[in-house]
Amino acid sequence: MPAARTGSGRRRRGGAAPAAVPAADGLAAGVLAGESLSVARAISLVEDRGPAGAALLQGIAPSTGRAHRLGVTGPPGAGKSTLVNALARELLERGGSVGILAVDPTSPFTGGALLGDRVRMQGAAGDPRVFIRSMASRGGLGGLAAAAQDAADVLDASGKDWVVMETVGVGQTEVEVAGAADTVVVLLHPESGDGVQTMKAGLMEVADIFVVNKADREGADRLVREVLDTLELRRPGADGWRPPVLRTVASTGRGTAELLEAVERHRDGSRASGSFEARRRSRARERIRGLVEESIRARVLSAGDGVLDGLVDRVVAGRSTPQAAALELLGRVTGGPRGG
Amino acid sequence: MTATERKIRVLICKPGLDGHDRGAKVVAAALRDAGMEVVYTGLRQTPEMVVETAIQEDVDAIGLSLHSAAHMTIFPRVLKLLKKRGADGILLTGGGIIPDEDQAALSEQGVGRLFGPGTTSEEIVSYIRDEVARRRKKGA
Amino acid sequence: MADGAADGTKRPKGRRWSDRLVDKVKRLESDLDAERARRKAAESKPPSRRRAARSADAADPLLDARRRWEEGFQSSPEADGDRPKPVTVSLRPIPPLADPVDLAGKDHLAEIGWPGEFPYTRGIHRSGYRSKLWTMRQFAGFGTARDTNERYKFLLAHGQTGLSVAFDLPTLMGYDSDHEQSEGEVGMCGVAISSIEDMHLLFDGIPLDRVSTSMTINGPAAVMLALYVAVAEERGIAPEALRGTLQNDILKEFIAQKEFIFPPRPSLKLVVDTIEYGVQRMPQWNTVSISGYHIREAGSTAAQELAFTISDGFAYVDAALERGLPIDSFAPRLSFFWNAHLDFFEEIAKYRAARRIWARHMRRRYGAENPRSWLMRFHTQTAGVSLTAQQPENNIVRTAIEALAAVLGGTQSLHTNSMDETLALPTEKSVKIALRTQQVLGYEHGVADCQDPLGGAWYVEKLTDDMEREAEETFRRIGDQGGVVACIESGYQQREIARSAYDYQRALERGDRVVVGVNRFVEEGERIEIPLLKIGQGAEREQRKRLRSLRAKRDAGAVRKALDRVRRGAEKGENLMPVLVAAMRARATLGEVVEVLKGAYGVYEETPEF
Repeated sequence: MPAARTGSGRRRRGGAAPAAVPAADGLAAGVLAGESLSVARAISLVEDRGPAGAALLQGIAPSTGRAHRLGVTGPPGAGKSTLVNALARELLERGGSVGILAVDPTSPFTGGALLGDRVRMQGAAGDPRVFIRSMASRGGLGGLAAAAQDAADVLDASGKDWVVMETVGVGQTEVEVAGAADTVVVLLHPESGDGVQTMKAGLMEVADIFVVNKADREGADRLVREVLDTLELRRPGADGWRPPVLRTVASTGRGTAELLEAVERHRDGSRASGSFEARRRSRARERIRGLVEESIRARVLSAGDGVLDGLVDRVVAGRSTPQAAALELLGRVTGGPRGG
Repeated sequence: MTATERKIRVLICKPGLDGHDRGAKVVAAALRDAGMEVVYTGLRQTPEMVVETAIQEDVDAIGLSLHSAAHMTIFPRVLKLLKKRGADGILLTGGGIIPDEDQAALSEQGVGRLFGPGTTSEEIVSYIRDEVARRRKKGA
Repeated sequence: MADGAADGTKRPKGRRWSDRLVDKVKRLESDLDAERARRKAAESKPPSRRRAARSADAADPLLDARRRWEEGFQSSPEADGDRPKPVTVSLRPIPPLADPVDLAGKDHLAEIGWPGEFPYTRGIHRSGYRSKLWTMRQFAGFGTARDTNERYKFLLAHGQTGLSVAFDLPTLMGYDSDHEQSEGEVGMCGVAISSIEDMHLLFDGIPLDRVSTSMTINGPAAVMLALYVAVAEERGIAPEALRGTLQNDILKEFIAQKEFIFPPRPSLKLVVDTIEYGVQRMPQWNTVSISGYHIREAGSTAAQELAFTISDGFAYVDAALERGLPIDSFAPRLSFFWNAHLDFFEEIAKYRAARRIWARHMRRRYGAENPRSWLMRFHTQTAGVSLTAQQPENNIVRTAIEALAAVLGGTQSLHTNSMDETLALPTEKSVKIALRTQQVLGYEHGVADCQDPLGGAWYVEKLTDDMEREAEETFRRIGDQGGVVACIESGYQQREIARSAYDYQRALERGDRVVVGVNRFVEEGERIEIPLLKIGQGAEREQRKRLRSLRAKRDAGAVRKALDRVRRGAEKGENLMPVLVAAMRARATLGEVVEVLKGAYGVYEETPEF
């Protein structure tokens, strides 16, 4: 139902959901009550990708699906965090509550990460209706997209009206995260030197709304035109939505109100046309598929080098083929019958 | 699903008005190179902001970088807020110019080891790793 | 798009072998052309070591000797592990030797010249220190205006004619002493100034028209200048009579010291306001002290310190020119502030390169005609980060050698650090030693009377050339990225500095760099005596009282109007100095004015770079 989302942070819990698994422990209850400590701990749990996280998600599942999920992505330096901060303040002013996930890459060499997006969101961070969490991509390969979606579920269940997911749109997984949203905003800026052409494939396609930030700088008009030209060549989506191209100066907040209006138009429109529901379905499908892949991958890794090594020996010696070896490994991992 | 190895998350920031962040940044980079996830909130943090961030980010440790002599007011204030919010399992550590007597007094209150000039990144990384592991075992 | 060439033409999918052969021949031909051109060009260039090694017909005896020496050097015994890596503190590799070959073909007149003559490589004045030794200006800070005032009177009575004001952190950040952000920091590392009353007290009984005052402040610098002018006006002294210096270098705050308030562009606008005001009303005032000290302390290399600082200077010049100020009207009043770090020769080369670069750009690129616009006048401070808490007496030695580098580099004024400054505000004894260091240097060691004595030294001249070349390279890079302000906004300088700081830390921890007392020659069981600082709340209490009384006594309506006038002025983009002076005279506080400016300009939140 496309009702105006201006309610306060809390909402009815459980209630109309079908036979839900009751919260296994106090943590789920804490999440549903919107307690920061519980929400934070819950996000860590789901990031760990273990059974405890899965159980928690089960416990809060009936309370998810209410928050509108907004993805904000774009090349580095576009001003995403600043824009998210400005957006959040706008949302707060209209009476909503916001959960923000700021995603940054994990170093492939050290496994560590420097998460500094929060610095740009100090304005919003001061408000008790805002919850900000910095997430590292942790090696990607589907891991990030899944963890971010689960973390969004937690924020959703904790009563937030909006969940904003901010990622750098360069890696595959980062683009995926944005695609995990109900509305995706792609942020560009005139000083990147690169035009629309050099952007990561997929970034242009996932956008529901384009924003040219730092619109007061030279080259902004040209960039807007470039985006509009590119859009001309694209067919409108099945629901007839044409992505608007907006201008903002995030550091002063200029254009934020208009952006929010566009987001709300997209939200209301997609709900009315049914594409919102279709997206959620396809997202759920992707999540299931992704988790199956993740699970198999993990099991293959934990199958132990010994098993894999043996198969490798046979293939190299010509006594077996990679195809046959894969079937055998798959059989072992899923506990099914072994292939020829 | 199998669980991935639990990362160590650390908050590094500077409370107060002082802007000398060279040391804080070097430590943050060193922790990242040691495989930790570092939430860096930079300058001009109040004790309230420090604790709110630490809770939302579910960090295992907080590292405060202090160049003024305000350690005897800042550390206890942060500790008190952590206790009030039920988050005093978080390791509170940091760097600065801390006389032995003050370090002892702060330790007594529950503040972790504090590191002075000449400390190597190695020492800080080991300390945080060992101490966080110890606390996790206790808490788990 | 996938099979299009870079220029947009379409490349055919398959290619005939004959086409490929033709291409190959074309490539060979162009290689041949290039080699011919290279040889031709090489013949007209001055000889260099590498070239000589290639061309068999060089009959240069110096070159031969050098090559022979190098071959012999290769068979020298290996370093036995006792020596650290031969790199400067900036991690620049140090060559084993310099010799005439390094300077072969050098145009002495154009590049080295004579002191007091363009391009001033050897010094900005003909007489150097012979007519006037460098100024021994020790920077210091106290608690309340009253305390500081007493110290000033003492100094003036003992013949000092220059005053230096250090402010406390809240003042530096634009907060009144009773603001909640100021708690615990009032009067701690400098004087607390929140209003014109405080300023009157600071300079009570001091003839502002007969002393020179240096104020180290950046974010609210324009307001502090307005305060100084307001106090003088109320004493019947015109701004034209005032002498002094304002640090007022906001660009380096974004890059290094982080004492910024507003975003870069409005901050730069305020600096230009002060420059313009200086041109119009304060001909004896140095409005900007373009600083490299802090950039170096934040971890940059010497080359980065040189390049980033001078490019900041260019940014101020560009902004002032954009305002319509003629170059010669303000350039003579720009001055610089350098670091004197550990590596003796690198520092001396840095100062010499700095003079030459500034002179060349000011004369050739900006077309300044007044020779005083070409001169780089500078103050130097020995490197705070080079001091250790361990075995602090060693710091006296470090400081002395750093000071020597500054002197041999021709600094106009010098501050030497005290040995115990790593841990606390220095004791009187160590402050005295620091001052004596300068005096011993200036009077006993014979280093002051022959100007630029290392001029002509092959190593120093080569380093000077290298540093100038690297700086020019950086200027180009900054220009390619849209200029200094654009680079600051995208974090370029901050990133470079963070990287250098990290590289240095790793080098230190690897043992490539030695710090005596810290990773070599350590005293086991050494107890670092950190003094217990009694944080006196006296200054804070007194300031709160004074502010309460000020607010009670002043005309609230007049203050409101004055602040409104500031706000409107800021919104209209006019030069704020006159309305700032008026506001301070109406008894508005520093914090109130800064708050109005924050409203108009916004507050800057930096993106941390690593």
